[in-house]
Amino acid sequence: MIKRLSDHVLVPRHEVVSREEEAQVLTKLGVEKEKLPVILESDPSAMEVKAKKGDLVRIVRKSPTAGETIYYRRVVG
Amino acid sequence: MLTKRIEAIEFAVLSPDMIRKMSAIEIKVPDTYDKDGYPMEEGLMDPHLGVINPSLRCKTCGQKMKQCPGHFGSMELVRPVIHPKFSKNLETLLMATCRECGRIVLKDEQLKDIIDATKDRSLDDRVKILVKKTKAKQKCPQCNAERKQILLDKPTNFFHDKDRIYPTQIREWVEKIPSKDLELFGYEAERIRPEWFILTVLQVPPITIRPSITLDTGIKSEDDLTHKLVDVIRINARLKDNIEAGAPQLIIEDLWDLLQYHVTTYFDNNSAGVPPAKHRSGRSLRTLVQRLKGKKGRFRYNLTGKRVNYAARTIVTPDPFLSINEVGVPKEIANDLTIPEYVTTFNLEQFKKDIKNTNRVIYVTRPNGLRKKVGDLNKDEIIAELELGCKIERVLEDGDIVLFNRQPSLHRLSMMAHTVKVMPDRTIHMNPTVCRPYNADFDGDEMNLHVPQTAEGKAEARELMYVQDQIISPRHGGPVITLMEDGVSGLFLLTLKSTEFTPAEAMNFFYEIGLTDIPKPDRGKNYSGRLVFSQILPKNFNIEFPSYTSRLLLQAGLIADPKEDKEFDSYVRIENGKLVTGIIDQAALGEGTGRIIDVLAREYPKDVLEKFYRDTNRLAVYMVTRTGITVGLDEFEPSETVLRAKEDAVREELLEAEELVRKLKSNQLEPIPGRQVQESFEIYMLRLGAKQKSKVEKQIISEKIREVIGRPRPKYNTTTMILSGARGGMTNLTNLMGLWGQASVREGRPRRGYKKRLITINKPGDVGAIAGGFIQHNFMEGMKVREYFYHSMGGRQGEVDTGVSTKVSGYLYRRLANSLKDLVVNYDGTVRTANKNIIQLVYGEDGVFPAKTKRGKVDIKELLRRSTQKEK
Repeated sequence: MIKRLSDHVLVPRHEVVSREEEAQVLTKLGVEKEKLPVILESDPSAMEVKAKKGDLVRIVRKSPTAGETIYYRRVVG
Repeated sequence: MLTKRIEAIEFAVLSPDMIRKMSAIEIKVPDTYDKDGYPMEEGLMDPHLGVINPSLRCKTCGQKMKQCPGHFGSMELVRPVIHPKFSKNLETLLMATCRECGRIVLKDEQLKDIIDATKDRSLDDRVKILVKKTKAKQKCPQCNAERKQILLDKPTNFFHDKDRIYPTQIREWVEKIPSKDLELFGYEAERIRPEWFILTVLQVPPITIRPSITLDTGIKSEDDLTHKLVDVIRINARLKDNIEAGAPQLIIEDLWDLLQYHVTTYFDNNSAGVPPAKHRSGRSLRTLVQRLKGKKGRFRYNLTGKRVNYAARTIVTPDPFLSINEVGVPKEIANDLTIPEYVTTFNLEQFKKDIKNTNRVIYVTRPNGLRKKVGDLNKDEIIAELELGCKIERVLEDGDIVLFNRQPSLHRLSMMAHTVKVMPDRTIHMNPTVCRPYNADFDGDEMNLHVPQTAEGKAEARELMYVQDQIISPRHGGPVITLMEDGVSGLFLLTLKSTEFTPAEAMNFFYEIGLTDIPKPDRGKNYSGRLVFSQILPKNFNIEFPSYTSRLLLQAGLIADPKEDKEFDSYVRIENGKLVTGIIDQAALGEGTGRIIDVLAREYPKDVLEKFYRDTNRLAVYMVTRTGITVGLDEFEPSETVLRAKEDAVREELLEAEELVRKLKSNQLEPIPGRQVQESFEIYMLRLGAKQKSKVEKQIISEKIREVIGRPRPKYNTTTMILSGARGGMTNLTNLMGLWGQASVREGRPRRGYKKRLITINKPGDVGAIAGGFIQHNFMEGMKVREYFYHSMGGRQGEVDTGVSTKVSGYLYRRLANSLKDLVVNYDGTVRTANKNIIQLVYGEDGVFPAKTKRGKVDIKELLRRSTQKEK
């Protein structure tokens, strides 16, 4: 039995980005926060990492083209 | 660019008052024109409704045709009728409300419960629940009035417990519904009242949307909508007369129904339960809904379907003597399409001469915007007026850039820029090498030409879309514009070890490619085909790789290592632009793999490859016409050894199958893990069939290869095509001269048929090889009845599959393309939508553009080699 979603091989790693780091990330990407893709607060993976509306979620995925890629999604209600 | 954001769109229903206020004039007369041909006052063509005559001014707004938008009129209906498109809405309201008090027939607390329960649900859900709870109520809890069942006889007849209720009564009913109850149904009572669903006054659309057409004979023909409106007015007038004359109720009701019919068909002439209104000729009328709906409707036909000028379309035919960059444009088309050019000091005199002596210039536009067509009569006048700043429109000529396209445009390569070559024929000509990206063939395919009209357009097409810049596919990073079929066969034949020409023969080849620097013969007095081929390679070209043929040879076990192949010389080695050993085939030229094309496209200036294709086309065409690629039946006559191999295979098949059946019947069959015994049996049978077929195939390959390579001249052409990779595979040959093997339907042996057997020739319960669809004959021998039947089952499936999969995948692709078409890779490397929302932070997650890669991979070694080379 899978107790946590993140234990499943096909679920990529989600983590909440701290406020301080968030500013860094956004400047590094050179991107406005509201243009980022969204994730629902009620998304099972978001709920698991207790992401709240307004947070930034970092998703580390395995990618067939790039090995591992980092993706950011903005949490919305 | 000015951008405005639409905050909201509000839809509402026009109230009768609003219709009257919007109305420019009330229409009362059923006729359109009087006997002198002038529009009737207060008629359907009243000039207050807008102008369609360019010289007249609108009586309402005073503007001319182009400025006047047209104006609505109105028509008072003597008796109200139901708007057919709102009868469903009326039905729900009537079912849920009380005829006496107009309230929803629920107690206040019940109503509140429903509101609370459906807070998070959709409006439709709430309405559904409301109707469900109310429609069977016998009594109104608000006023204690009795209720009866409401029935809608589509589209517009309402019955209240079997008694017909008329629009006037319905109107009285719904007028009573209070605003707060209406809001529960989603109507904002300020904007929409249900009584407006019943028409008391009808809008008459402006004549601009229903123009009359004057035929050549001078007879005026009216639009379908006008015809329908005439009907409405006529019946309305008759109803009025009858009411005023005090006619019996029955006659009035009949006329009322007739009025309802005409109004219904005016809105929708195809609604259920209503016979469509017909034209005198029997054609049904195209009224409002028909104008908008479906494939030929306003949305799909006029708004989504764009049409363009400066375009041409005809059948395409192949022409290997054109460059891949060129397109042969028929003279008739070239003389019709135009390109604008501006008169400067440099070309003024030339244009004057052209206008005088040729038909090159079609239009001249003076700087003040006056446009004149050049004709024999006004030539001299136009020449005299020609000055700097004039714009002339000239005919399409050699060297112009045009876009060439074939539908379905699934690709960026489905539309590429070509250079025009004006030709005498009546079809568009193209080099057969560019068939692949367009997916064109010449069995009647038509293709489109578009002529860019501005300098920017031409430059963009030339720099971004030119054929020679598209050789490497953005899909897989290998060549897509490649030689096909005869091109491959031709070079294969040319570069066989055995191909040799006398000097006289060789000169023909050199002539074909325009070679003046004739090399020395390399085989005594003769030239080898490989030397001839080497002439079209760049002098500093080096590459080595195994040919397609050598892979087949390896498979057939005729050689151990391609590199060491001395017998057939199949391993390709090109040293300093000279083909030392090797056969040029699919591996050198083909799609995705073509090694020579790949290197030429990446490492040499673009015109090198263009020249290479020009030359290969000539060589291949000459080679193939000289040899002739044709098929004789003797090619498929199996040899003794093949026959023996086949007999063995069939015997083994039958024996082993019998053994399998025996095991199955006696329950000794070992099931495949995860499968039932019966399933396993089927799989074993399939594998057995495939095994036996491959045995025969192997024998055929090994014999056929020798009949093509390793002898002075290839004996057989089907095999030539297979070995070069131009067309077909070894299975095709086996099907012709070996055996078909196991027939298959849906990835298994044929199963559907009679009870316990497929066809009546079989014994019931027979699951053996022959009863299960093993075909031991081939196309040359012909099949036995039962084999033929099984083969046809498989064939039918193939046919169905191609039909279904093109349909399904086409639609899937369309959905995908439509959703992705606005995504753009921005300068910061992100992929964004049209309103700049991010889809990917880096394109493709790795930022790699496949067209710049080697078959999808970034070749670091190669990049390093090249960058260090440059430093030296």
